[in-house]
Amino acid sequence: MIQQVDNPVLEVHDLTVSYDKKPVLWGIDLTIPKGSLVGIIGPNGAGKSTLIKSIMGLIPLGSGYTELFGASLDQVRNKVSYVPQRGSVDWDFPASVRDVVLMGRYGKLGLFRRPKKADHEAAMTALGQVSMELYVNRQISQLSGGQQQRVFLARALAQQADIYFLDEPFAGVDAATEEAIITLLRKMSEEGKTVIVVHHDLQSVETYFNWVIMLNTRLVASGPTSEVFNQRLLQETYGGKLTLLSEVGNLLKKGQFPNRETAP
Amino acid sequence: MNELFTFLSFEDPNTRYVVTGTVLLAISSAIVGSFTFLKKKALVGDAVAHAVLPGVCLAFILSGNKNPVYLVVGAFITGWLSLVIIDQIVAHSRIKEDTAIGLILSVFFGLGIMLMTTIQRSGNAAQSGLDSFLFGKAAALVGTDVIVFSTISILLLIVVFLFFKELTLIAFDEDFAKSIGFPVRRLELVLTTLTVMAVVIGIQAVGVVLMAAMLITPAAAARFWTDRLKVMLLLAALFGAVAGISGAFVSYTAPAMPTGPWIVMIISVIAMVSFFFAPSKGILYKMVRQRRIQKTIRDENILKLFYQLGEAEGDYLRPRSKQELVERRELAKGQLNAGLSRLKRHGFLKFHNGQWQLTPEGKNKGQRTIKLHRLWELYLTQYLRIAPDHVHDDAETIEHIITPELESKLEKLLEYPDVDPHMSKIPYQS
Repeated sequence: MIQQVDNPVLEVHDLTVSYDKKPVLWGIDLTIPKGSLVGIIGPNGAGKSTLIKSIMGLIPLGSGYTELFGASLDQVRNKVSYVPQRGSVDWDFPASVRDVVLMGRYGKLGLFRRPKKADHEAAMTALGQVSMELYVNRQISQLSGGQQQRVFLARALAQQADIYFLDEPFAGVDAATEEAIITLLRKMSEEGKTVIVVHHDLQSVETYFNWVIMLNTRLVASGPTSEVFNQRLLQETYGGKLTLLSEVGNLLKKGQFPNRETAP
Repeated sequence: MNELFTFLSFEDPNTRYVVTGTVLLAISSAIVGSFTFLKKKALVGDAVAHAVLPGVCLAFILSGNKNPVYLVVGAFITGWLSLVIIDQIVAHSRIKEDTAIGLILSVFFGLGIMLMTTIQRSGNAAQSGLDSFLFGKAAALVGTDVIVFSTISILLLIVVFLFFKELTLIAFDEDFAKSIGFPVRRLELVLTTLTVMAVVIGIQAVGVVLMAAMLITPAAAARFWTDRLKVMLLLAALFGAVAGISGAFVSYTAPAMPTGPWIVMIISVIAMVSFFFAPSKGILYKMVRQRRIQKTIRDENILKLFYQLGEAEGDYLRPRSKQELVERRELAKGQLNAGLSRLKRHGFLKFHNGQWQLTPEGKNKGQRTIKLHRLWELYLTQYLRIAPDHVHDDAETIEHIITPELESKLEKLLEYPDVDPHMSKIPYQS
C-alpha cells in the first residue's frame, strides 16, 4: 500500500540506486506530507540508509530524481538537515562539543566566513534543547554513546531546517536519551517540521511515528502508520527478498549491465 | 660548542637563510600534514614525496639547470599526477587504496631514480647536488631557493588559515559537509594541492625518501598532548620547527651529512617522548595509573581481611600478627608489608608490639568493602540471574570501584537487604 499525497515536502520519483551495478533500491516512488514524523523500517540491507543518502545527494542515482519542497536539493539546502549514523565519524577527533554543534551553522555561513556571536548563540540554544549545555566544552571523545547522539542532534537543530533526515538516531543510546530524542522530534513535527528517521525497533514504531515507509530493496508500503503498519505488510517487508528480483540484480552485477538503457 | 653559538647568533647570512627556510617549510608541512593525518590519509604524503622525484629530474633535463622555480613546477606536476592516478585506480578497479598507493609510489620513485642516474651519467656540469634531493641538504638552500620556498610556505599557511573551518569539517564528517552543500571534492583538491606543495618545498631540505615524516610525525606527536585541534596544530608546528632547526644545524656543521635523516631522527625522538611521557595519553601515565589502582585494591583487601577476621570472632579491633592474616588469605610478603605500612601512614591501622590493629577509620573502610561485595553479589543474583556460586569473583573487583552515589542507588534498589546470597550479614554503618 503506497499512499501518495498532494503538495508533498518530499517526493522520491522512480528512484533506483545500485552498488556495483546491483540495485539496492529498485523503482522507489513515494511522497511525504508536511509535518510528518516518518519511520523508515525494513530488514538489514533493505536500503534504508541508502534511501536517505540518495535524497541527500551523497550517492549517485541510477535513475529517477528526488525533490524537496518541490525543488531540487541544491535550491533548498538551507532548509534540509542530515544526521549521519553516529558510527560514521571518528569520535576521537580533536574537537569539543561546541566545535561540532557549530558545524551546524556552516551551511548558512558558507565558505571562508567564521562563526559569529549569533552562531554561537544558536549552537547553545540547540545544545539546550538536548540538555547538553553543561557539556559545551567537553571533548567529544569523552562522551557516552547517548551524549554523542545528542550532540549530533544539536548540530542538526543548529541548522534550523524545515526537514530533518536522521540515520538510526536510536541505535546504541540509553533509554533516557531515546526518550529525550523522541520528545524533541515530536515537538519539531508539531511545529510543522518534517522528520524522517531510519528506525530499527519495530516495538516502538506505532508510538513514535505517524507515517511509515516499509522497505526491502523495493518499496513495500508508505502511508499513515495506522493504515500500513499491519501484520500482512510487515510479513511482506521482513519475509525475505523477492528471489527473482535478487537473481536479476545479481545478473546485472555479473554482466555489469546499466539498469537503464540511457544510463551513462 | 662554539659552532652552536655561531650558528644560533645568525651572524652568517647564509645560516640565516638556511634556518629561516628550514623552519618555515617544517612548519608548513607539519600544519598541512596535520590535516592529512586527521583524514587518515598519512600514506598519501609518502606517495607524493616519492612521486615528485621524476618531476624534479625531468625539469632539470628540460631546463638544463637547477633553477628552483623549474624544479618546483616539475615536482608539482608529477606529484599531483601520482595522486590523480591513485584516485582513478581506486575508483575504477578492484584495487584498494593502500595497494594503489604502494603501486604508484614505487613506479614513480623507480622512474625518478632511473632519470637521476641518466642525468648523473650525462656529465652535465650543473647536475652536481641534484642527488641531495634524495636525502636532503638544508645547507644547499641559498639565495633564490630560500626566497621561493619561504614564499610558498607562507602561502600554504595562509591557505590553511583561510580554509581552516572547511578542512576541519571534511576531515571530521565528509557526508555532513556534502549535505550542507560544501564543495567537498574541490576542498579535497585544495588539501591535495597543499600536500603536494608542502612536499615540493620540503624535499630540498629533507629529501624525497623521508619527506613523509615531516608531514605526519609532528601531527602524530602533537596528538598525544592535546584534544584541541588548534593547540595540536601549534604543537605540530613547534615540533616541526625544532626538528628543522636541528637539521639545519647539523647540515651547517657537517656539510657532508644528509639533513633528512637527522631531521627525521629528531622529530621521531619527539614523537617517542610524546608516546611515552605525554600526560593522560602516554604509556607511562597509563602505567602509573594502573599501579595506583592495584595499590588501592590491595590496601582495601587488607582492611577487608582484618574485618573478616574480626567478624568471625566478634572483635574487630583486636591486634593481630602478620601470620594470622596470611593464614586466612595468601598475600605476597612484600606487597603485604608495603600495604600495612601504607595503611598505617594513612591512619587505617596501628602498630605496636609486633602486632597490627584496625583504627575505627580502618574498620569502617574494611566494612564498606565487605558491604559492597555482598550487595553486588545480591544484585547479580537478583538482576542478572547469575547463580550464587558464580558471583564471588565478579564482586571481588566491583567492590573496589563502586562510588558512594552508586552505593546508595544499589542500597535503595535492593531495599537495604540484611544478608547476601550466601546468608552472610551485610554490615551497614550505624
